Amino acid sequence: MSESPTRLNITQIKDVSVVEFTDNKILDEMNISEIGQTLAGLAESKDRPKLLLDFANVDHLSSAALGMLINVNNRVLKQNGQLRLANIKPQIMEVFVITKLNRLFRIAAGRDEAMRSFE
Amino acid sequence: MEDALDTTLRFRFPSDFNESRGVRKRILSEIERQHYVPDAIFAITLALDEALINAIKHGNKLDPTKTVKVEATITPTQTEIIIEDEGPGFDRASIPDPTTEDNLHRLHGRGLMLIEAYMDEVEYSNGGRRLRMVRRNANGTCGGSCACPA
Repeated sequence: MSESPTRLNITQIKDVSVVEFTDNKILDEMNISEIGQTLAGLAESKDRPKLLLDFANVDHLSSAALGMLINVNNRVLKQNGQLRLANIKPQIMEVFVITKLNRLFRIAAGRDEAMRSFE
Repeated sequence: MEDALDTTLRFRFPSDFNESRGVRKRILSEIERQHYVPDAIFAITLALDEALINAIKHGNKLDPTKTVKVEATITPTQTEIIIEDEGPGFDRASIPDPTTEDNLHRLHGRGLMLIEAYMDEVEYSNGGRRLRMVRRNANGTCGGSCACPA
């Protein structure tokens, strides 16, 4: 288990870092900053990182959280890595669709599908 | 039977996220008490969070000497929220569309479009310092004011 803030549960499955958000809200600026730093650390800890973010517990997120996710995606891509998002609830998925960020991120229905999609 | 009379809540607080949490909680408690449908609760929560952040951070620039005024009128059929800051104001037309290909990677600038997508009515006045937004208590992303699936 990696060192992580209590808001994240991080497990390593083969070469994939699976990150589960434990809070049901990703809103607070301080929390977002803390989560962003941890995810950026994971993205930059090695070449070609593989990150899976599991949103199963998330009921609310803010535009600042979307910005944090874009930043993490940029860092992963810079390291020639891959980022997958999974288990996004329908109401949250609609936020991704409205902002058209569903075109920026690779989003899988569930964790298994996301794991299979890594190249 | 629970009392479901119209409720108006008024707040004035310094530009501090800790202060806004109590305001948020009080307004959301009221819409839940009035048995709003889940889509309306989600929409009001999202728009209120974005509007409070905008007023405190982008409007008042986190200046604790400046205050934010909030007035929420909650009825069984709709919620109207007015949020006013003491910042320099802004021109809505100057905020770029975050959904264009060029702007998709930008880290900021999605709050207003989310407010406008999820609320039925959104008006800016007083040079952008005052935001009035209304959400009806109905299912669908926008409460029935557009063609989105309800």
